[in-house]
Amino acid sequence: MNTGNPLNNPSLAVWLVLVGVAALIPFVASQWPWLISYPISWVVPLADWINALMENLTLAIKPVTRIISAALEWPMLALRDTLQWLPWPVTVLAVVLLALHAAGPRLAILCCVALLFIAVSGYWRQAMNTMALVGIAVPLSLLIGLIVGIAAQRTRLGARIVPPLLDLMQTMPTFAYLVPLLVIFGFGPVVGLIASAIYACPPMVRNVHLGLTRVPGEMIEASRISGSSSYQQLFWVELPAAMAQIRVGINQTIMAALSMVIIASVIGGFDDIGWEVLNTMRKARFGESLLAGSVIVLIAVVMDRISSAYATSATTRWQPLTRRRNQWVALGLLVALTLLFKMTPFDTAIVTPDWTRTVTQFLDTRLENAVISMGDQLTAIKNNIFFYYLLPVRIGFTQAILPFTWGFEFTGNMQLVYKVTVLALAVVLLLRQRWRLAVAALMVSYLLFYGLTASSWVVVGGAITVLAWQLGGARVGLFALCSLLFILVTGMWERAMLSLYLCGAATIIAFSIGSVLGVWASASDRVSSVIRPVSDTFQTIPLFVFLIPVLMFFQVGEFTALLAIVAYAFVPAVRYTESGLRQVSPQLVEVAVEQGCTPWQLFWQVRLPLAMPSILVGLNQTIMYAFAMLVIAALVGTTGLGQQIFLALSAADTGLGVIAGLSMALLAMIADRILQSYANKRFKRATVTE
Amino acid sequence: MSSSEITLSCRQLWKVYGDEALKRFDTRALPEAAERVDEVATSVSAAGGIVACGDINLDIKRGEFFVLMGLSGSGKSTLMRCMSRLTEPTAGQLTLDGKDFLSASTRQLRDIRRTKMGMVFQHFGLFPHMSVLDNVAFPLRVQNIPEKDRLDKAREMIQLVGLEGREDAFPDQLSGGQKQRVGIARSLAVDPELWFLDEPFSALDPLIRWQMQSELLRLQTRFKKTIVFVTHDFMEAVRLADRIAIMKDGRVVQIGTPEEIVLAPADAYVAEFVKEAPRTRIIKVKQLMEAVSPKDTSAAGLTGEGVTTDMTLEEALSWSAGRGQSLPVHDSEGRTVGVITPERLASVLNSQQLGQ
Repeated sequence: MNTGNPLNNPSLAVWLVLVGVAALIPFVASQWPWLISYPISWVVPLADWINALMENLTLAIKPVTRIISAALEWPMLALRDTLQWLPWPVTVLAVVLLALHAAGPRLAILCCVALLFIAVSGYWRQAMNTMALVGIAVPLSLLIGLIVGIAAQRTRLGARIVPPLLDLMQTMPTFAYLVPLLVIFGFGPVVGLIASAIYACPPMVRNVHLGLTRVPGEMIEASRISGSSSYQQLFWVELPAAMAQIRVGINQTIMAALSMVIIASVIGGFDDIGWEVLNTMRKARFGESLLAGSVIVLIAVVMDRISSAYATSATTRWQPLTRRRNQWVALGLLVALTLLFKMTPFDTAIVTPDWTRTVTQFLDTRLENAVISMGDQLTAIKNNIFFYYLLPVRIGFTQAILPFTWGFEFTGNMQLVYKVTVLALAVVLLLRQRWRLAVAALMVSYLLFYGLTASSWVVVGGAITVLAWQLGGARVGLFALCSLLFILVTGMWERAMLSLYLCGAATIIAFSIGSVLGVWASASDRVSSVIRPVSDTFQTIPLFVFLIPVLMFFQVGEFTALLAIVAYAFVPAVRYTESGLRQVSPQLVEVAVEQGCTPWQLFWQVRLPLAMPSILVGLNQTIMYAFAMLVIAALVGTTGLGQQIFLALSAADTGLGVIAGLSMALLAMIADRILQSYANKRFKRATVTE
Repeated sequence: MSSSEITLSCRQLWKVYGDEALKRFDTRALPEAAERVDEVATSVSAAGGIVACGDINLDIKRGEFFVLMGLSGSGKSTLMRCMSRLTEPTAGQLTLDGKDFLSASTRQLRDIRRTKMGMVFQHFGLFPHMSVLDNVAFPLRVQNIPEKDRLDKAREMIQLVGLEGREDAFPDQLSGGQKQRVGIARSLAVDPELWFLDEPFSALDPLIRWQMQSELLRLQTRFKKTIVFVTHDFMEAVRLADRIAIMKDGRVVQIGTPEEIVLAPADAYVAEFVKEAPRTRIIKVKQLMEAVSPKDTSAAGLTGEGVTTDMTLEEALSWSAGRGQSLPVHDSEGRTVGVITPERLASVLNSQQLGQ
């Protein structure tokens, strides 16, 4: 670091070796083509092995799965029928009363409007079917989460296996859960139910574990010295004392379950609201899919607001409804209303008004016209970003620069100029002791030259491993190496690069937009008060819904996927940037102002560096969100791992699904580990200088 | 001292922390290491561990107010937790009411705690999700005592600590002093024989602290519990204790009554605490008087009013002020047992001469 001689700096030396290899490969590629793309004949048929295993396993546990299937299906169908049987005004009133109890009249009005909208939208039946799935998945998930959380906190074995399992579950793509379940349980709504219950339990596990860990030691000692049995201690002292944290977990679990129920509708066969969106989207009836999408958003908002109101302290409760007597009155009112509807001809009269059909049709035609009239501009935007941004990252300048897009050819001379310029830049940076920048310039220009998917796996894999090693330490480096080897030998490398390219391209855009918005919001309370509720709502919307508007305007393709990912993934960047900048100690800002910093200096030299740990967490989250959306985006036509998982889902190919899913989870985990350990280092440094 | 007078006794008790350190030692051999505590402590800390209690030997008498005093990190809280087995000692013996306490099974331990032990915590350790009444009734609830009985008993305890009227309040609605009253009421709910108090007043304001100490003394004259009280405040220890054990680096440096410690600090460490203490309020007349047999008193002309043996010097001084003559000393039954001169009383004010 302190000397220009690379031999004195092992980090630099490793990079230079890598650069050397990268420079040599084009010359030997004709003899050894395996250096560039990993040969298919070398692929380990892990997928086939898993499938063979699954086949035997499925047969062996068939009786068990039948029982589970029946045990879950029966209450779910009962709940569905009940929800369908209830006259919708009664359901609306019940939710309104719940909202009233949770947080008072304001929330009650919001919920009332939302539910009335759902009722008149004509999607009441589908919405209730979705609620039946959620209604069974959530208690199941909470129960699993509670038990696992307690086990993780109390038992040695739990403490060892649960945290890495949670990490994997969080990064495992949503569709990948479905594939093995589909094979085991066969097509049907139970698969969605189980997938949701499993997918939604990690937040509960985490919060139960966290809550129990944070119970003060003295409180536990007070219970022990009183002679509590371990049962009494857990249920009378620890769990109640941890309840505030556990409620946060309940809220997150409910939202995760809803999101997964919607996603699981791709399996089909339950006539739920997610299926409705998917179906209308496939038929390009965007008016209807937009309407169904808004129903999903409203369900999500209502569920989130009510459960998060219950998660906060009891002071928000609406006093009149906290009295037992009034609660009985409310219940009686609901029962009476139900009887009234059921015993009079009113019941049949309450059907969806006809005019919703007209509204959707009107929307359909208007939207279609709008899209057609803006068609040229939309295509121009799409093409520009595709040809000048996405394509070079994907296949490199060598292939992306063509006369009919860029207006010229990337000739041999031009390539030479490109190479010489890059090399000169690197040498200048090296001479100025900025070797990290030099290496970065070399690597980026290499990737842009060949493209991420057409570069040699040796160079890309090597670069990721070395990066992981230098930023995260030896363990992270080893983890990256093993993960990449897994992806390579299972034959997923090319797909993984396609995913990585799209995810990377989207992350860059999402993080740029998000961090700029975050900086803006941190500087102005007014901006913040606008951005915050918007990003809160974006967080609660199930991933699926993001596809509707982008698909409407830009049709199927990678650009559409890019937009959907950006729309979903920019939120954490905004949040963490804003909170990081706002949490900079006012004392330090005062010191800086005192010493005569200009606002510009204050921002770049004081506030930004201090907010950096938080901003890095934001970047990390942006990447994780991008990976999560990437899989969903496979529905609108991407070609990476997501597509493989989706293919596996439709072919019920467990092996492919598990391997593609695992590859994606591993990519996400590499990014996560690198950024986390880097942020930890930075964070330590920041506190030391304080 | 007969064994029936002793409630709790520690013999060669050790508590060592640090997994790595524990792997290196044969913990069964620790009790024999009594002569080499420093040596063991050095090698334990070399392995990244710590000797929180090293070779502790002490007896706590029935009805005694026993104070464990020391600075933070001296091992006093750990020692108290070993005594109740909230923390399992690494080695040694612990005898409760003449029986081996360390071999008690989980069930026996639970029963002993339910009926014989109560504990008060520095940060109160109240259950935030329970009302004051439920907090106090908790130790009875774990024994499955019927609701009415336990709530009656809890109300009685709440009245005892002067919190009547706040039964339905929740801990976060109380002041620090009130919270600790709840903690005290809860710890007394099962009418324990052995009462542990872990720095109960450290988190309180000085004025409240003084008040709570007075209340504790009032409760103790009434109930005569066996008390183990942990504090880092020497003045508090002196005010409350029948006997004090002073701890340093996991070892007991000195055990004695407050007067014994003030008059004869065992080493420089103890002397440092003693220096701050107002001797005149601690030392009693008994320690300084010249003993005189009752039949000699009239010969010496020591008749009439005088001081008593258990007066503190401060009280004796104010009594002798202006009298300027030798004073007779009476015992609790009014017999004259000694004599004390104003010079001798005044000499104590000069700290240098103390304990010599």
